Amino acid sequence: MSVLVYAEHDNQNLKIETLKTVAAAQAMGGEITILVAGHNCQAVAEQAAKTNGVSKVVIADNAAYEHQLAENVSLLVTELARDYDHIVATALTTGKNFMPRVAALLDVAQVSDIIGVESEDTFVRPIYAGNAIATVKSLDSKKVITVRTTGFDAVAADGSAEIVNLDTVTDAGTSSYVSEELTVSERPDLGAASVIISGGRGMQNGDNFKLLEGIADKLGAAIGASRAAVDAGFVPNDMQVGQTGKIVAPDLYIAVGISGAIQHLAGMKDSKVIVAINKDPEAPIFQVADYGIVADLFEALPELESKL
Amino acid sequence: MKILVPIKRVIDYNVKVRVKPDNSNVDLANVKMAINPFCEIAVEEAIRLKEAGIASEIIVVSVGDKSCQEQLRTALALGADRAIQIETSETLDALNIAKLLQKIVEEVQPKLVILGKQSIDSDNNQTGQMLAALTNMPQGTFASVVKVDGDKVNVTREVDGGLQTIALNLPAIVTTDLRLNEPRYASLPNIMKAKRKPLDVKPAADFGLDLSPRSTLLKVTPPATRQAGVIVESIDELVDKLKNEAKVIS
Ligand SMILES: Cc1cc2nc3c(=O)[nH]c(=O)nc-3n(C[C@H](O)[C@H](O)[C@H](O)COP(=O)(O)OP(=O)(O)OC[C@H]3O[C@@H](n4cnc5c(N)ncnc54)[C@H](O)[C@@H]3O)c2cc1C
Repeated sequence: MSVLVYAEHDNQNLKIETLKTVAAAQAMGGEITILVAGHNCQAVAEQAAKTNGVSKVVIADNAAYEHQLAENVSLLVTELARDYDHIVATALTTGKNFMPRVAALLDVAQVSDIIGVESEDTFVRPIYAGNAIATVKSLDSKKVITVRTTGFDAVAADGSAEIVNLDTVTDAGTSSYVSEELTVSERPDLGAASVIISGGRGMQNGDNFKLLEGIADKLGAAIGASRAAVDAGFVPNDMQVGQTGKIVAPDLYIAVGISGAIQHLAGMKDSKVIVAINKDPEAPIFQVADYGIVADLFEALPELESKL
Repeated sequence: MKILVPIKRVIDYNVKVRVKPDNSNVDLANVKMAINPFCEIAVEEAIRLKEAGIASEIIVVSVGDKSCQEQLRTALALGADRAIQIETSETLDALNIAKLLQKIVEEVQPKLVILGKQSIDSDNNQTGQMLAALTNMPQGTFASVVKVDGDKVNVTREVDGGLQTIALNLPAIVTTDLRLNEPRYASLPNIMKAKRKPLDVKPAADFGLDLSPRSTLLKVTPPATRQAGVIVESIDELVDKLKNEAKVIS
């Protein structure tokens, strides 16, 4: 038994989510290898080598992988897959993009977004926006799996795996990178934050998100949003929490001016403690909140900031 | 150029699904069904490309039993030119759906295939990428802008860190994200006209594919329920509870 885990990174830093994906891989059983595919990404391989329970880190460092284009990466992973029983990636946008391509090239199904491992071939995953939990047994010889990191605790970074360089270059030549517009923020990533404060349509405009920033600064929190706030252009798309955005489970989630639609709840209802600030006492968000306050957010937020 | 748009019939997004008491699956009896919201965005994008003079014909296809003809007719009413139903009463997994769609791609020879990024029932987010692999096409997933430019298409993608733009050689696969467009509603005259547009039915079994299931659904259970908490009366009380009861802030 052996597991290949695809590392999530930006050519400089290994994302903490990978450590959670490794925890899922450990539950599947067998030797674990991490693949770092990127360009000038040696530092990532060195970080990956410290992952507890990992025996080997394979690094494919080539311009063809710089932006982790699905066409190129899927060919690489498919070639490596020959030697592994489980091929595992994190269910973030990179993994979601290329992994089904790997599965199809291997002629196997993919089990997406698992939150539990029952055995080497049986996995637990949410369906219908998390309103049902399915237990699925894979019948394929190789398992291609993406992991929802809220289901697993990160393994420690205290190991020392060997790093092996790979010369294989798989360039499909059918796609190319044009440009990127990344949101720059001093705050923690939504996926890594232990406190998140999110704003919804009730915030009324992008400027008012400043009311969340003061609180976020005091709590070391990340800032999220509902789809309505993103669609209205208040904030960028990468802040959307929900069924079709980011799935988070921080220690504390504060929902401000968010009604609590099924699709939003799907992305945050596994948070440890949920606080809701909403002026409508009937808002469904109160049904999942540990602490609710029925108040106008424009009064509640400045007061909350001053009292933290 | 032709655009192929595969669509799926799913539970309406406003409906909260229930699990069957025997935990065999979810209960879809008498539940309102609709075209998957992301597929609706895919249809809309194809129509806009046709209105812009870029696309010549829009073909919609769905895999399912007779009931999915309702969603195909909706797509025709919105502006698709013709429809194909691949008939099966089985619930197929994404790989088998992609294999069937591959056959349709071979037949129709579209320059662009636009699909939803995920269906809101199985939440798999797989079919577009699998079809891309099987047809050896490049893919632009989670699209928020699609620009056809000669024999290439530029796709701006919603990624974890923000937006990424890539260029793909045509033919290519695009999967839609929420911000790509806002779908129109079908007008009554167009709903009437859609009834006369062609809808071909092809049995899945006729494609000569091995469509045996790749997984077994062992059980489906309701999620852990959260106990509703308390309504606090003041910010002071909230801060006190977070500090001293929940102990999540210091
Ligand atoms: C295919 C699909 C996918 C989706 N995916 C997602 C997703 O991933 N994430 C997501 O969030 N949504 C998603 N949605 C959208 C979802 O259905 C809801 O429309 C959305 O979550 C609503 O956002 P909201 O709560 O901010 O807005 P609303 O529902 O409009 O709620 C605004 C709330 O603010 C409160 N409010 C207003 N003013 C104030 C004030 N001054 N003080 C206090 N409270 C105030 C109101 O009482 C109300 O409860 C999806 C929908 C579809 C169809």
